[in-house]
Amino acid sequence: MLLYALRRLIYLVPVAFGVSLLVFALVHLAPGDPISAIVPPDAPQEVVDKLKEYYGFDKPLPVQYLRWLAVTLTGDFGTSIGTGRPVATEVASAFGNTIILAISATTLAFSLAIFLGTAAAYAKTRIVDRLVTLISLVGVSVPHFWLAIVLVIIFSVELGMLPPMGLGPENATGWRLDWPHIQHMILPTIALSVIPLGVMTRTVRATIKDILNAEFVTALQAKGMNDRQILFHVLKNAAPTCLAVMGLQAGNLIGGSILIETVFAWPGTGFLLNSAIFRRDLPILQGTTLVLAFFFMMLNLTVDVIQTMVDPRIKRG
Amino acid sequence: MFKPISVAVAAAGLAVFAASAMPAFSQGTLRIGMTAADIPLTTGQPDQGFEGFRFAGYTIYDALVNWDLSKADTIADIRPGLATEWAPVEGDPKRWVFKLRQGVTFHDGSAFDADVVIWNLDKVLNDKSPQFDPKQLAQVRARIPTLVSYRAIDKYTIELTTKVVNSLFPYDMSYVFFSSPTNWEKQAKDWNKVALQPSGTGPFKVDRVVPRERLELSRFADYWDKARVPKLDKVLLFPMPEAATRTAALLAGQVDWIEVPAPDAIPRLKQGGMAIVTNKYPHNWAYQPSMVEGSPWTDIRVRKAANLAIDRAGLKKLLGDMMIESKGAVYPGHPWFGSPSFDIKYDPEAAKKLLAEAGYSATKKPKIKIAISTSGSGQMLPLPMNEYVQENLNAVGFDASFEVMEWNALVTFGFQPVTGDASKKAGTNGINISRATVDPYSAFMRLYHSEYVPPKGANWGLLKDAKLDELIDKAHTSFDRAAQTKALADVHSYIVDQAYWVYIAHDLNPRAMSPKVKGFVQAQSWFQDLTPITMQ
Repeated sequence: MLLYALRRLIYLVPVAFGVSLLVFALVHLAPGDPISAIVPPDAPQEVVDKLKEYYGFDKPLPVQYLRWLAVTLTGDFGTSIGTGRPVATEVASAFGNTIILAISATTLAFSLAIFLGTAAAYAKTRIVDRLVTLISLVGVSVPHFWLAIVLVIIFSVELGMLPPMGLGPENATGWRLDWPHIQHMILPTIALSVIPLGVMTRTVRATIKDILNAEFVTALQAKGMNDRQILFHVLKNAAPTCLAVMGLQAGNLIGGSILIETVFAWPGTGFLLNSAIFRRDLPILQGTTLVLAFFFMMLNLTVDVIQTMVDPRIKRG
Repeated sequence: MFKPISVAVAAAGLAVFAASAMPAFSQGTLRIGMTAADIPLTTGQPDQGFEGFRFAGYTIYDALVNWDLSKADTIADIRPGLATEWAPVEGDPKRWVFKLRQGVTFHDGSAFDADVVIWNLDKVLNDKSPQFDPKQLAQVRARIPTLVSYRAIDKYTIELTTKVVNSLFPYDMSYVFFSSPTNWEKQAKDWNKVALQPSGTGPFKVDRVVPRERLELSRFADYWDKARVPKLDKVLLFPMPEAATRTAALLAGQVDWIEVPAPDAIPRLKQGGMAIVTNKYPHNWAYQPSMVEGSPWTDIRVRKAANLAIDRAGLKKLLGDMMIESKGAVYPGHPWFGSPSFDIKYDPEAAKKLLAEAGYSATKKPKIKIAISTSGSGQMLPLPMNEYVQENLNAVGFDASFEVMEWNALVTFGFQPVTGDASKKAGTNGINISRATVDPYSAFMRLYHSEYVPPKGANWGLLKDAKLDELIDKAHTSFDRAAQTKALADVHSYIVDQAYWVYIAHDLNPRAMSPKVKGFVQAQSWFQDLTPITMQ
């Protein structure tokens, strides 16, 4: 198992190199100029040129890439041209805030999805199955930023029950586990969990339904096992498929929360990216995207390893 | 049945409990939702456009020349700030002497004097100085285009020299803020550290900067202008780029004031008891046309026709009344408006007639293509507004189309004149970038003078009119205040009479605030004074 994990880790090196190249190329392909975002529209050319030189944007792109790669490999990531703060610090603090939200949304979405998907697969009446199917359909269809605004209107504006924005109360810094901070998390968590809830519920339902028709389930029933014992075997067999989808969905939650974080002014990577895009803050854009890409790769690796542990046939394949 | 005394004790206990449960600064704290996605730079010269100047500029810092933001009924003008008086040297008007205010201290307790002024000018203009900061240079260099040298005469007198005679130079100095050299030393000579613990001379000092979360300001009790010592204990500023978030935060009571509410949210905000505060201010939303050979805009009849084709009242309705119908680069009533003879109004028949006179018809329409953005600072609601204007223009016989791009891309696009590669490739002959017309240089010189073609200025369409240049130069060399205003009014009358731009709208600078906010006077300016505000 250790060797398998190590081998997969080594495979990540060329992928990581490709990702870094892609990230660099994409942010430089976008129209606009990083310097124009930090100077007034009629700034003299001498100022623009001086700043380009200062930040190294006057060099050819391959040189810029190699310089960026060199500092990135040391974990430095450079300095934000928008704020002057180190990119590593900016990304680390934002990433921490995003992870908090992603973990809560993942926990909510996956636990509900497992419960609903299993209930639908086992349902004796069609109404339960149809209800769960409807929930999952709504989950995958409703735009989550729209839902976020609707949730804010209902629970913050009309009912005044929950705060509409921010990481925590106005006099607190950073996130901590207490009720005022949890209150700030409730609405973004719900909004963020809707899509993975829909996707996972469908996956769990379909996988379990499929497994329930397998011959080994009939054999288990013939052996006189009760429903709970059979459910254990069914879930174990459904785990590899569900884990694979969960890994992708968890990754999407990390990278795909830009709209939710903007709506809730949640200072995570999405909020950081939004600001960086409009400021053309290339070091922040590159740093954040790279960190997210690496996280996604590591998450996939972890899921692969867990899948192999659950189902050794995958390793043999 | 409860006894009255028990009820009184219970009520008192409840009141004490309620008071202790309140947030630490619930009295005298103003919470503002900004449109910016991050805290503006706090080192001295703010970024994030004029919103940065508004909340992290004139709050924390002072300029030599400040703005008088105390009145709502007249256009804001300059007044003494860290300088008590200024004047050009007699016989050599390129040299200006500024007398500095004595007894001013920074938030860190250090003194303000001529050495501080020179140190700060080196900070942005002398790349050999240890305190040189390219980020601050980037924000301020374009604002002081004529300043070439500076020196201290004595402890409280400095001399600034301009490269050309510029009677309006004091306006330029209203954009230069002064940071504390002592604080810079204390922060290990690192501007990034200064950004987290800045020190200015302004009415508010910085308590805390939490990147992307909030900026906390508090009253500077020792502020030199005793009439402007803030009444508020604290001001908290939150970045909220999404308009719906700002609206919800205000309605939910999480903030007391929001910048730029979306027009369609205004009825709901009013219904929720919020006050919508607006006022005229120097903002110009217009089309700047190409004046190069071959452009249809070179014909004054086409320019006039476009100006007459636009139903500004309809556009105003579309924006929920949140605009002023343009009649020029500045609005009527502005001291520089003058008395143009061409009345910009909605007259589609006159527009059609002018196009016919210019030789256009249904089969030969003047093709115009405007570079526009999807959003952006001061751009109001560019997509629906431009679509509306497009319909108006096409209705009288234009063939109008757009080159749509994101705001930053449009700004970059404007760095080259119409003859540049970007415009040539896009085939555009007009650009729609809203302009702040705060001071005479921003309003006229950089946009209309033939020497201010990008990248030096923003005369994107390469307008070249010797008479106009002469009028602008005259305004910049008139040292008598009345003559200066008259010269600027003459410039404005001339550009309207020549219909040099297609003038469409002036924004109304809307902000929404809770009824708890008292004492705010919305000046006719991009900047606002937070010092007279109290929270009820």
